[in-house]
Amino acid sequence: MSIKLNRRTFIQTLGAAAAVGAIGTPYLAFGATKKVVVVGGGTAGATAAKYLRLADESIEVTLIEPNKDYYTCYLSNEVLGGNREMDSIKFGYEGLKKRGIKVVHDYVTGIDAKAKKVTTKGGESFSFDRCIVAPGVSMRYDTLEGYDEKAAETITHAWKAGPQTVTLRKQLTDMKDGGTFVLVAPPNPFRCPPGPYERASQIADYFKREKPKSKIIILDAKPKFSKQGLFTQGWEKFYGYGTDNSMIEWRPGPDATAQKLDAKTLTVTNEFDDIKADVLNIIPAQHAGTIAKTAGLTNDKGWCPIALDTFESTIHKNVHIIGDAAIAKGMPKSGYAANSEAKVCAAAVAAALNGTEMGTPSYVNTCYSVIGKDWGISVASVHKLAKDKSKIIKVSGGLTPMDASAEAHKREVGYAHSWMKNITDDIFG
Amino acid sequence: MKKMLPKALLLTGLALSISTSAFAADDKKKAPEVMSGASAKMLADTCTGCHGFDGNSKGPATPSIAGFSAEYLTEVMKAYKSGDASSTIMGRIMKGYSDEELAQVAEVYAKKKPVSAPDQKFDKALVKKGKKLHDKYCEKCHAEGGTSAEDDSGLLAGQWTPYLQATMADFAAGTRDMPKKMKKKVKKLTKKEGADGMKALFSYYASQQ
Repeated sequence: MSIKLNRRTFIQTLGAAAAVGAIGTPYLAFGATKKVVVVGGGTAGATAAKYLRLADESIEVTLIEPNKDYYTCYLSNEVLGGNREMDSIKFGYEGLKKRGIKVVHDYVTGIDAKAKKVTTKGGESFSFDRCIVAPGVSMRYDTLEGYDEKAAETITHAWKAGPQTVTLRKQLTDMKDGGTFVLVAPPNPFRCPPGPYERASQIADYFKREKPKSKIIILDAKPKFSKQGLFTQGWEKFYGYGTDNSMIEWRPGPDATAQKLDAKTLTVTNEFDDIKADVLNIIPAQHAGTIAKTAGLTNDKGWCPIALDTFESTIHKNVHIIGDAAIAKGMPKSGYAANSEAKVCAAAVAAALNGTEMGTPSYVNTCYSVIGKDWGISVASVHKLAKDKSKIIKVSGGLTPMDASAEAHKREVGYAHSWMKNITDDIFG
Repeated sequence: MKKMLPKALLLTGLALSISTSAFAADDKKKAPEVMSGASAKMLADTCTGCHGFDGNSKGPATPSIAGFSAEYLTEVMKAYKSGDASSTIMGRIMKGYSDEELAQVAEVYAKKKPVSAPDQKFDKALVKKGKKLHDKYCEKCHAEGGTSAEDDSGLLAGQWTPYLQATMADFAAGTRDMPKKMKKKVKKLTKKEGADGMKALFSYYASQQ
């Protein structure tokens, strides 16, 4: 496409160029500031806040997050397996404050895209030029009969790390040897696709060490799951999977889908059985974090449609959504993907505020799961945007090979733990 | 419709006459077309989740990549891509980038300031011996105690020991190509000092904090 300059527009263009030259930065000259409000201080939100400041120190960034400490969902399964302390997955906001980010601990109750204003439970109001929303996921308590938010206090999801992780860990340590741990796995899409199966692996590792007569039953809503071949291989190696004496039993969906819960007796009913648990963990169906819906940023399925290069909402202008809540077609709902999306979004927002052109995006994901002692597996992928911007396309990547050596699996555990140190420093440091 | 006929015929004729390239074009159509031309910074920002903010790793298994020469980094990334250097995930990831993109990423990290692995433990008693061995066997390429990137070899000072151990194991196993000169020196060192020689070297590099 070419733009024809007629005499009049040519003069206008010249005039504008002259004005810029005379005043310097026209944006500031007109008294405008560059204000960004980031809603949510998890992996995506905190990364976006930091990388915005790195891109342009003149951007005023306010991060609003209810919790003073953030517990990463990733690696929290190792806490459940007794292989990690809660303190090692806990992060604060001091690092971001040092970078000049205003951190407000409050709960966002409204995002008004038209008035460009965010309001909080604490009664405060924050104006913005651009708003980045990183609300993560909310659990859907309406998808299982007999299950609700109250029941979830004791029948944990532990799908947001923190007090729920501690509760579930305590239930597992209190359980008698020979008990049954039942894990209800969610339907797609949900946060951290390999997560439920890593959780089963980590808890099996704990049982094997300390409660070898115990069993794990996974009631899945899905007929297949992420990294399934590698999990199956690892379970066979460590937990007798496929034998009569397997510690883990995976019951595939749709048949196994949990239909009803009796919270009092910890019994889950599906098409065929009543399954009674000693410890019950329900990871329910999910949708975008509550605020996304309140702010009218979700579609009828409860997730946020966005432009895949800028992560700007296709519903409301000047509001961007990143991380698990976004429909980032082609990117998984993982921590590393959230971190990567946040950087792309930060670059786009900084460009928009400065009136410059946004460059071509580049995205990455790497996700490790630790199945047993010295046995890690991974999936990695590099992504580029389709030319028609309809999809974020995986251009390379893949899984740990099925014939990987024991040494390679051991190294993947090391890389998983190093990744934890580095990504959290990249986010909060 | 009548008007278009000759053109359609012409196209068919072309397709028949150059059928091979027509098939190639068809394949290309099926493969989704992606945008290229991401900036060096945009590309380099994807590395930090594993290799640390600014390329200085906080985790012992993953190497720091800040301050290496761009040529060294490019060579290593290309070796992962081709399989000349064995890896777990690096090969899978590197295949997603063109050689030009890898060179761009290398330029970014070459300009970053290297920071030694923080609070790394090492055997103090072995440091002196390690320095001696370094001067004798390694200094010629890994100059200034393994702190200089000038001769396009890897920075060793302050690097994470577990990473160095894994890399040396790969060299020894032949799953990663070793430069000829290095092969000779490592052979000599191993013959004379055994595994203790490596241990002393690792202690020396870790001591440079």
